[in-house]
Amino acid sequence: MLIDCPHCGPRDLAEFSYQGDATRTRPDPASTDTQAWLDYVYNRPNPAGRHREYWQHTGGCRAHLVVERDTLTHEIHAVAPVRGNAKSGDAA
Amino acid sequence: MSPRRTSAGGSIDRTRTIRFTFDGEAHTGHAGDTLASALLANGVSLVGRSFKYHRPRGVFSAGVDEPNALVTILREGVREPNIPATQIELHDGLRAESQNRFPSLAWDFGALNQLGGRLLGAGFYYKTFMGPVAGPLKGTRFWMMCEHVIRRAAGLGRADYEADPSRYEHMNAFCDVLVVGGGIAGLMAAEAAAKAGKRVILAEQEKQTGGFARWSGETIDAKPADAWAAEITARLSALDNVRLLTRTAVWGYYDGNTLAALERVNDHVARTPKGHPRQRHWTIRAGTVVLATGALERPIVFPGNDCPGVMLAGAVRRYAGEFGVLPGEKTVLFTNNDSAYQAAAAIRRAGGHVAAIVDVRKQIGDEATALATEAGVVPLTGHAIVGTKGGKALSGAVVQAFDADTGRLSGEARPIDCDSLAVSGGWQPVIHLASQAGGKPVWDAEKQAFLPPEPTQRWIGAGAFLGETGSVEALASGRNAGLKSADKRPSRAKLPETAPSALDLTPAPVLEIRGKGKAFVDFQHDVTADDVRLAHREGFVSVEHLKRYTTLGMATDQGKTSNVPGLAIMAAARGIEIPQAGTTRFRPPFSPVAIGALAAERYGDLKPERLTPLHDWHEEHGAEMTPAGLWHRPLAYAGAGETVEQAYIREASAVRRSVGLVDVSTLGKIAVKGPDAATFLDRVYTNTFSTLKVGKARYGLMLREDGLVFDDGTTWRLGETDFLMTTTTANAGPVMQHLEYCLDILWPDLKVHLTSVTDQWAGAAIAGPKARAVLERCVTGTAVDNDALPFMGIVHGEIDGAPVMICRLSFSGELAYEVYCGAGHGVHVWEALLEAGEPFGITPYGMEALGALRIEKGHVTGAEIDGRTTARDLYLDGMLSKKKSFIGSGLMDRPALIDRNRLRLVGVVSLDGQPLGGGAHLVESGNRDEPGDSIGHVTGYCYSPALEKYIGLALVKGGKTRHGTRAFLSDPLRKRFGQVEIVSHHFFDPDGERMHG
Amino acid sequence: MAEYSALSLLKNALSGNRDWKPAWRKPDPKPNYDVIIIGGGGHGLATAYYLAAMHGITNVAVLEKGWLGSGNIGRNTTIVRSNYLLPESIRFYEHSMKLWENLSHELNYNVMFSQRGVLNLAHSPGQADDYIRRGNAMRHDGVDAEWLTPQEISRRVPGLDVSGSARFPIAGGLLQPRAGTARHDAVAWGYARAADRRGVDMIENCEVTGFLRDGDRIIGVTTTRGDIRAKKVAMAVAGSTGQVLKRAGVDTFPIESHVLQAFVSEAIKPFVNCVVTFGAGHLYVSQSDKGGLVFGGSLDFYNSYAQRGNLPVAEDVMSEICAMFPSVARLRLLRSWGGIMDMSMDGSPIITKGPLPGLYLNCGWCYGGFKATPASGYSFAWTIAKDEPHAINAPFTLSRFERGAVINEAGQGPTPKLH
Repeated sequence: MLIDCPHCGPRDLAEFSYQGDATRTRPDPASTDTQAWLDYVYNRPNPAGRHREYWQHTGGCRAHLVVERDTLTHEIHAVAPVRGNAKSGDAA
Repeated sequence: MSPRRTSAGGSIDRTRTIRFTFDGEAHTGHAGDTLASALLANGVSLVGRSFKYHRPRGVFSAGVDEPNALVTILREGVREPNIPATQIELHDGLRAESQNRFPSLAWDFGALNQLGGRLLGAGFYYKTFMGPVAGPLKGTRFWMMCEHVIRRAAGLGRADYEADPSRYEHMNAFCDVLVVGGGIAGLMAAEAAAKAGKRVILAEQEKQTGGFARWSGETIDAKPADAWAAEITARLSALDNVRLLTRTAVWGYYDGNTLAALERVNDHVARTPKGHPRQRHWTIRAGTVVLATGALERPIVFPGNDCPGVMLAGAVRRYAGEFGVLPGEKTVLFTNNDSAYQAAAAIRRAGGHVAAIVDVRKQIGDEATALATEAGVVPLTGHAIVGTKGGKALSGAVVQAFDADTGRLSGEARPIDCDSLAVSGGWQPVIHLASQAGGKPVWDAEKQAFLPPEPTQRWIGAGAFLGETGSVEALASGRNAGLKSADKRPSRAKLPETAPSALDLTPAPVLEIRGKGKAFVDFQHDVTADDVRLAHREGFVSVEHLKRYTTLGMATDQGKTSNVPGLAIMAAARGIEIPQAGTTRFRPPFSPVAIGALAAERYGDLKPERLTPLHDWHEEHGAEMTPAGLWHRPLAYAGAGETVEQAYIREASAVRRSVGLVDVSTLGKIAVKGPDAATFLDRVYTNTFSTLKVGKARYGLMLREDGLVFDDGTTWRLGETDFLMTTTTANAGPVMQHLEYCLDILWPDLKVHLTSVTDQWAGAAIAGPKARAVLERCVTGTAVDNDALPFMGIVHGEIDGAPVMICRLSFSGELAYEVYCGAGHGVHVWEALLEAGEPFGITPYGMEALGALRIEKGHVTGAEIDGRTTARDLYLDGMLSKKKSFIGSGLMDRPALIDRNRLRLVGVVSLDGQPLGGGAHLVESGNRDEPGDSIGHVTGYCYSPALEKYIGLALVKGGKTRHGTRAFLSDPLRKRFGQVEIVSHHFFDPDGERMHG
Repeated sequence: MAEYSALSLLKNALSGNRDWKPAWRKPDPKPNYDVIIIGGGGHGLATAYYLAAMHGITNVAVLEKGWLGSGNIGRNTTIVRSNYLLPESIRFYEHSMKLWENLSHELNYNVMFSQRGVLNLAHSPGQADDYIRRGNAMRHDGVDAEWLTPQEISRRVPGLDVSGSARFPIAGGLLQPRAGTARHDAVAWGYARAADRRGVDMIENCEVTGFLRDGDRIIGVTTTRGDIRAKKVAMAVAGSTGQVLKRAGVDTFPIESHVLQAFVSEAIKPFVNCVVTFGAGHLYVSQSDKGGLVFGGSLDFYNSYAQRGNLPVAEDVMSEICAMFPSVARLRLLRSWGGIMDMSMDGSPIITKGPLPGLYLNCGWCYGGFKATPASGYSFAWTIAKDEPHAINAPFTLSRFERGAVINEAGQGPTPKLH
């Protein structure tokens, strides 16, 4: 699998560290809504098909990327940096 | 010259004789031989024993598909088992041994298994060996006795326990076009792509390119096909944008058009040159892949088809054409298509004798007839082989009239005298890589073969891989594939000229002749046609059940010759077509790969070693080193005659009494800088850092989002917007990653920059009542008295000319400082500190003393912060700010996390004067033999020089509520049991007077 | 159907093996069952068997979208052990171990459970303490565990690099003598056959496409072979848990699906006689009765349903096995494959009633499902039959995340790739 890092160019997946689902939103830090925290920390959509997920280019620029990848074929459809997007979590 | 070797022809060098041994017996061959061709030339027909029945077996194929002729190579002092003789290039001094036989290949006790016959059918072991339900052999005992015997009978070759002396290498390569297979289609593709300016890699698994052209005897562009192949290969070699890799098998097709290949760099020479790799593992990232992997011949299944002397017809043709070896004096061919006729003619041309061609078809074409005539026989059409004669070597075949439409045999069975039987059941394209890439193979009823799937990655097929059978088609599709890979349209330019063939390689749909006797489908695993039918009868009818129940296709040849016949037999039993019976998904590797090759440079060098700047000093001063993750740290500096325990007690006592020095360079260090650095730290730590004054440090605690403790450490405020965070040694990497995640994803609006500086700073902790006095003697540029450097204060100065940063903090509970300097100054500063401390008897101390000091003080480390403890469990509740939220605050108050009966931190004191033990448990019952439920466990222990007894830290149910109670240490693994008292974990100087002094 | 035995083998051999009957029937689905079990893998089949054998509930169908045993029961490295750290895990897996010890007899099918021992190598004093903590925890729960010195280890497992100069010298090892390996496919087939003999319908090539509901309550399933109703619908679909739950309207769940690769070398004569794990990385290896070294390592680290492994992880695994056994470098890798793991958020399974009325759920097995097969089926059947958990699966609820009562063997947070 190759991930086209927007900063470094296409690199092998061995350079990256997977950071999981990118569709969750962290509750407001002051939130006391336990269910919202539980959803954020524990619950995942875990789709079979396109998945928006974070990868960190640990062996390169160390930036976090939002990658849209198919979990059935491993095909990568889009890669974008997390930073520089208006709102993280909605990137790409 | 050996009896089976022709006097001329082929590409071997008859002027060069090569000596080798097989089972200790000396033989000779020629340069260009494989071990298989040389053995055949020497008339050696018996080369191996099968897996289950230990039946005698001979060479069956001429290539990667060989199921029978597996040998062990003895080379460089070690054994390499299970190597197909067909893939071993002969070299001087080659030593090979047969396998899976005792005491010898000719006389093998294991052959007694054949007497078991039908008892040992598919899956027999599932139905028996269960043993009695009661008595001494109940449970699994009887099975394990049987297993002991079965394991010894199974297996193939024997492996060594001696380390492999080889070196392996990993290469990364990038290309526009990777051509897999160096036959004529692959060569044409490579040339077309290269001419279009593409960077091309051509990988050929054999020692040279050309494939089929090397032995076909065909003519291309008015030249012998092998000469034509050599010329185009030479042209390719001359191009800068082409890399030719021979002896390189592409074995894996991974995601993103990443392919894995194994280059056998030095297996064909007697001795690997010093410093060279034996094999090279290639990771090739290709823009486009051209799959020109050809086709493999499949056999027809019939009774007695495993007798040594029965071979694939294409292999016979290759042995004659490439090696000048005739597999026998009298050869019978048995076929369902025209390709055996080419083999017959080739035998005749090489001077051999064809005894008969037996063809299941009623009619054959003119060209086949002409080839039969050339071979000197009239084909026996509408006939089939129904049996063989001979045990360890073929002595005859039995033929009978056969109706291909009904599958019925009729008339009388007649023997034919022969010592070689060449079989062709048609050709199966090598579609493994295309299947690995994703996609399901497609059955072609006309061609009676599985064809490649629609590409799911960027690959283009060419040649016999596509199910094409002639050289004309291979040349054309190869060139087109090359052009297409270069985004060019097919060319109408003239192709190299070769005679079109009118032969009909489409097989009649006959892959089994049923008759009396064992008919093998999977030779290596001894799976018979009856086994396939038994699987059917017992309901194991899906292809995966068939494979798993019978082990069909699971041997080292991965079913290259057996998959299609096996499926055909199952389909027939079910009364359905082959594709309905299913297809197998091929998985990497295509052919076996040395495990060391995949480890490559990491073989013998698994992981980097992390050494502190003071490492050499520690070793030179007698430190016993201990691993800590990837780091090596000094355990203790034991002097002559001193045990580690004596040493650490001496070291720790010195710290309490006077002063000691310890290397803390391994602590994780992260520079946290930027206008929002303080805000950021407030969010990741449970306590507040924004209120910390410049020039001061604070102990901080981090939680995970689930509310459990993640890490701890001190963070120093060096400037308004400049912090230096320290982490535990083990968590340096994870904490850095966690912080980066928070900044990038949770709070991208915060202006903070993180830099890991663990390796940039050397650190030494100086601890003990005399620590300040030592610093006063060596630090310049700053005062270090209590006013200038109060508890948790930070100053900058110099030690012997080297800039240092000093923070007064204490892990030991003593008056203590951490001194940091640039890594390059580490030894210099360390030695200066020692020199300054000499009047006080300054003592370097290691991890054991460090541990003893922290246990006396009740400080937690990774043994307590084990990912399951909360701040409250460690009595660090005070660190949880109530004024702000932080990572982990959302979930840290869940009911089970604040339960009072959780495992919580306490101290334990040994009451029997014996050491405690890390990992020992605590129980309430004093009954050593039945200690009952565990109430907790010891996380760290030591002899406390200050208290003069053995003490430890423990996590115990209820924690503090047990203070002052007694319990028992129970350590059955180390056979230790003894009474302890549970006390506060603050053993020593609980009010911190010493460190604040 | 006839009992399997040496005698039946002989009798059938004499008649040319023509009289063997299918190991299980291939019935068409009935419109109604007492219990439907979705998933014909090890756990589903075991559940069906125990429902019939322990609770007399035989009007049961197991619905399998492919062929029986096509999931992780047929893709694992066959290790059976109960050497866990936390009491909840120890008790559950030890219950399983006891069932394993008599399983071949109970099923009249040789599952080849070989109690050859599982040895965990420790490579530093700290790791040794961790393993000793685990071994002692086992002993306090009545489970066998022993501590071996490097010398004892080198006698038991020749070929290991026990030299002090090894990159990761061996400090000792935790041995569970009763642990071992079993023939994975045979477990599926044995349970299927034994359940079939008690009247359970095994329905292959039957994919569940949706759920039939009465209000909130699940009352059956729609499948590629028609609608099937049942009083109770149970799920044991491992890596497909999230997907099947979605069809019931549950959109998020504390499970991620990840690929785990497994590897087998060419067959060789007996080389290693117990299961060995490498503590300085992540590697476990044993030798099959056929002779292949069967081994595996870490996950591929990302969500996947593809059953396709990646090359870097394969290289990592090969590096680790050669570090442990330097002679294995010259052996050859024969085959690799991938399975889809249902990674839960604390690394422990979920066996529970719910999350919807009429539904029962068994999932979250991470790497550890094979060894759990008997106890999983046993306790899940109990939960389905009695509508309350058995003592051994009582801690493995879905609500434990809400309560904070996670069962975290690895000490890692809610990051599935770290379990």
